[in-house]
Amino acid sequence: MTESGPPPARAGARSLDPHLRRYAARTAGMTASEIRALFAVASRPEVVSLAGGMPNLAALPLDSLATEIGAMIAADGLVALQYGSAHGVPELREQICQIMALEGISAHPDDVVVTVGSQMGLDMVTRIFCDPGDVVLAEGPSYVGALGSFTAYQARVVHVAMDEAGLVPEALRAALAACREAGTRVKFLYTIPNFHNPAGVTMAVARRTEILEICAAHGVLVVEDNPYGLLGLDGQTYPALRSYDHDNVVYLGSFSKTFAAGLRVGWVLAPHAVREKLVLAAESATLCPPMITQLIVSRYLSTHDWMGQIKKFRETYRERRDAMESALEQYMPPGCSWNRPDGGFYFWLTMPEGVDTKAMLPRAITARVAYASGTGFYADHLGSRQLRLSFCYPTPERIREGVRRLANVLSDELDLYHTFGAVGPRSVSGPQSPSPDTA
Amino acid sequence: MSDTWVAVLSGGLSHEREVSLRSGRRLSAALRSVGLTVDEWDADANLVARLTDSHRPDAVIVALHGGEGENGAVQNVLEMLDVPYVGTDPRACRRAWDKPTAKAELARAGLGTPDWVVLPHSTFRELGARGVLDAMVATLGLPLMLKPDQGGSALGAQVVRDAEDLPAAMVGCLAYGDTVLAERFVEGTEVAVSVIDSADGPVALPAVEIVPDNGFYDYTARYTAGLTTFHAPARLDPAIAATVGELAVTAHTLLGLRDVSRTDAIVTPDGQVQFLEVNVSPGLTETSLLPMAVEAAGQSLGDVFAGLVERALIRHRR
Repeated sequence: MTESGPPPARAGARSLDPHLRRYAARTAGMTASEIRALFAVASRPEVVSLAGGMPNLAALPLDSLATEIGAMIAADGLVALQYGSAHGVPELREQICQIMALEGISAHPDDVVVTVGSQMGLDMVTRIFCDPGDVVLAEGPSYVGALGSFTAYQARVVHVAMDEAGLVPEALRAALAACREAGTRVKFLYTIPNFHNPAGVTMAVARRTEILEICAAHGVLVVEDNPYGLLGLDGQTYPALRSYDHDNVVYLGSFSKTFAAGLRVGWVLAPHAVREKLVLAAESATLCPPMITQLIVSRYLSTHDWMGQIKKFRETYRERRDAMESALEQYMPPGCSWNRPDGGFYFWLTMPEGVDTKAMLPRAITARVAYASGTGFYADHLGSRQLRLSFCYPTPERIREGVRRLANVLSDELDLYHTFGAVGPRSVSGPQSPSPDTA
Repeated sequence: MSDTWVAVLSGGLSHEREVSLRSGRRLSAALRSVGLTVDEWDADANLVARLTDSHRPDAVIVALHGGEGENGAVQNVLEMLDVPYVGTDPRACRRAWDKPTAKAELARAGLGTPDWVVLPHSTFRELGARGVLDAMVATLGLPLMLKPDQGGSALGAQVVRDAEDLPAAMVGCLAYGDTVLAERFVEGTEVAVSVIDSADGPVALPAVEIVPDNGFYDYTARYTAGLTTFHAPARLDPAIAATVGELAVTAHTLLGLRDVSRTDAIVTPDGQVQFLEVNVSPGLTETSLLPMAVEAAGQSLGDVFAGLVERALIRHRR
């Protein structure tokens, strides 16, 4: 039987989003992405995900944490479940100052603002400093979540080159000169000096004061993001940029990598006047960070051997870093290169000429391995030959298997290029909002 | 039906997992709204154990998109386990899943479909890409449409307007599979026609016309609300609308499809209707075409699929 059904009950054009014309211009890039959708597959256990920056929490003392949290609720429940100050719990801010002292920072608790993860700190710092069109300097590549924040406030990101010793001072001078010549207003330099995400490199100590001096001379603020500073795989730490300069550095810290990412507790250390504005910005954004998570972190710091826990994390991550390095050496075809990170979570790989890592990702998902393609870590469409591999979450055995699969995927991809000739970069991407797969 | 228990299968391991999960959630909510008891299951290593448990659902609905959920593999498992299910049987799934096979069957029956060639990567490698690509352009002209020979959601699909862009487009397309379907590009009005089986036979729902803002109904245009304007029913001359409906019902019947399908077609400016592809597990998300067609027909998604569950149960009892 062939018929065209009953008379329609409803007719006319439908856009499926009646609010389309009402959105702010800054939402222009907020669209569905097939690459983002592919990461839904990466969450399945059959897939070895080397994409995400999820910390390995397996070593946390969950039983004693449960006891302590229960005791905290019993003793301080009426505080933990109540509103608090946008500034953050005073005792936690004091503890944060003790942690920052490990990297040479001398700070007063009043200058610390507790945030809902350091991502909120990034958002607030950008909000109070950037007007649309302002320039933010950032290492190239840079943390995808930071690029997302800058884009959300319609700031323009200018990347500054790195080498194996981190941000290159000469490149910074050149970028500042170019911006001055173009008449653009540079608001701050965003930098991840230690165990960079995604590049894996650490800024040489000798460069730190030079970079601070360059920024000061040009009237440019420095925003130092340091989530991995205590995760040097041999226990090494480096003096924070903030340890050299109290007045021109805003420092972002986090408990996500050293304790529990799910609690979403981070902080900003800022000069007095900036801190005042951050507190007001935080009030308008969230009223206050959750009291319960602040008190959990504070109790953990006061009742547990948290430094011992970080030592365990380092040992786990060192074993995984070594597993990934040996697997890369064993399996990856000629023409690939990578760094050897001394801390943090990431290897940054450069593929042979012509490979587009974003275009290759569907093939990788078919082969049951996932990585973060390089273009997401740039605001200017570079990075198509690069990809980031995380060694923090999978076991060493899974890491080896994942790298083996990736090497096969790459061989097949190179076979395609051999067939069709060098085709150059094909994917275009800008900063995306962070997801657990790219954080 | 109020005491009927169904399992909606969604997710899986295909590139369309995310879309399938959204389809599964929407369908499950629709079925619950009409009184069915619904479990939402991923197609994973627990599936067979769940289906062989003595306490199992009355029927299964496959809301998997791509791969195992559309190529007949999951349906084969359901058949082997003697589980009633909504949807096409495994062999017909395979015919519809392989786009060139479906096109060839319909062309053989005299229906219009854009000229095409199907070429695996190995052919380009062994015979030389340049010569084969030149022959492809000479045969199909430019622009042409490249898509993986299997799969959905427009993943890997591209319109190629310049021969110089072909090598890169081939590499992009082959990221989703080993074989490319290249079609002559046909300008016109893009429509999707859903077909639902009823006691009286397959019925075409009103065609949905698709007008993507950026001119191409790619993944972003499909799954970002507001980036595509839909007209349901399509703004077609009544005679052409009837022809489009007939095409979809013919595709459904000729390929042996069952319960539900969605045919994508192009209506050229001179009123010719060209078959593009048919889908045995159409998307059911907030931005998908079948739910719009159901609504345009004055029906509800829950009632339509509850009816299909009933048909599956009756079919199984026979």
